[in-house]
Amino acid sequence: MSSNDSIRKTLIVAFSLCIVCSVIVSTAVVVLKPVQEVNKTLDRKRNILAAAGMLVEGESVEKQFEKVNKRVVDLRTGKFADDDAVSDKYEQRKAAKDPARSVDLSPEEDLAKISRREDYAFVYLVENDQGQIDKIILPVRGYGLWSTLYGFIALEADADTVAGLGFYEHGETPGLGGEVDNPRWKSLWPGKKVYRDGEVEIGLIKGSVDPGAEYAPWQIDGLAGATLTSRGVTQLVQFWLGENGFEPFLNNLRAGEA
Amino acid sequence: MQSVKETLTGPIFKNNPIGLQILGICSALAVTSSLRVTLVMCVALTLVTAFSNTFISAIRNYIPSSIRIIVQMVIIASLVIVVDQFLKAYAFEISKQLSVFVGLIITNCIVMGRAEAFAMKNPPLPSFFDGVGNGLGYSVVLIAVAVIRELFGSGKLMGYEIMPLVTDGGWYVPNGMLLLPPSAFFLIGGFIWALRSVRTEQVEEPEFKLAKHTVVGESA
Repeated sequence: MSSNDSIRKTLIVAFSLCIVCSVIVSTAVVVLKPVQEVNKTLDRKRNILAAAGMLVEGESVEKQFEKVNKRVVDLRTGKFADDDAVSDKYEQRKAAKDPARSVDLSPEEDLAKISRREDYAFVYLVENDQGQIDKIILPVRGYGLWSTLYGFIALEADADTVAGLGFYEHGETPGLGGEVDNPRWKSLWPGKKVYRDGEVEIGLIKGSVDPGAEYAPWQIDGLAGATLTSRGVTQLVQFWLGENGFEPFLNNLRAGEA
Repeated sequence: MQSVKETLTGPIFKNNPIGLQILGICSALAVTSSLRVTLVMCVALTLVTAFSNTFISAIRNYIPSSIRIIVQMVIIASLVIVVDQFLKAYAFEISKQLSVFVGLIITNCIVMGRAEAFAMKNPPLPSFFDGVGNGLGYSVVLIAVAVIRELFGSGKLMGYEIMPLVTDGGWYVPNGMLLLPPSAFFLIGGFIWALRSVRTEQVEEPEFKLAKHTVVGESA
């Protein structure tokens, strides 16, 4: 066995092992890449549909997504940008970290605690059979208690009524803040109003909403035992539907000038 | 030389990697809040342990002892990456939930422990079975913990509702603590206790004995 410990032998073993292992690993990565890419886009599409409350289980996601039209919005002007303003590989999360492609938010503006906002965002427009906009799906994100929550909010064609909200990634406490995934809680969102006299009013309250209250159309039940996650959700929704988020775009869309 | 049956079944109760060797606890805490995820983790770990044992054993006579740990690591890491890639391709949802823990199989003490303790000294076939056996031993504990955590923590098994929750209009008030990692500590502790009550030979000798209390002065 002592011959194994010579420098020559050690180098040969180390080198050939590295070659063999790297060939195996890179083969696996290259061969499986296409399948993984398909999964990733499928997952994203599924999340978008789920947020809009349009996801039908058991039916092909691809087919359901045919009605959805992906557009690019320039958040600085609130207008549609050319689809080639961003490349196919554009990722909002990465762009938000790049000073050349995002703006710094002052502490007062930064409700969602995301510190920077990207210039271009994707929006997903669902069209009905007549080719009119039926639902508007917007990406949202913001900080909760432990983690950044990533999700989508869907609005009806009036750009004021919520059609659904869903998060596809977060790290909140299971059973408490993690209840943002609870279908029963999510079902409280559709039908709620966003704007009141031109201001974003929608938000979570402590406890349950009194259906008779004046503000009830703008209020959603808070998550029990998750004050900070509830506050985070309120603030991220208010940020993204507010003046630094999609409000200018929604106004333009309503006026038919987007 | 142990028989195949013995190498395969021994680690399940007699020499359980979690129960007796106390290895691989970290992932046992992290991935056991849902049974479906746990099953995938168990399969992944069993495959990695079995094949890393096989490959390491196959080249054991050529591994220079000065770099043997790093050689084992390279083989284990490659296998883990391959498994991770497969999960991402064919079990995307679950791989998202497992996230970093698939990668952390690399540092799972069971894999390294078996490579060093068994595969370096035994031929490939018994090493393979030893890997499968230890994977099964790990799986038994994990599945038991996951069943308890998911059933009592969220009233479900494999994602199917068993006990309807109060929040969904049912009657069961879930025990939220079971969804948090520390609960697995209690469950694994209970498992080890139960195992050692039945198999008393696993109980370690106490490291010291308490001296008998003696009264020095007689004052009363």
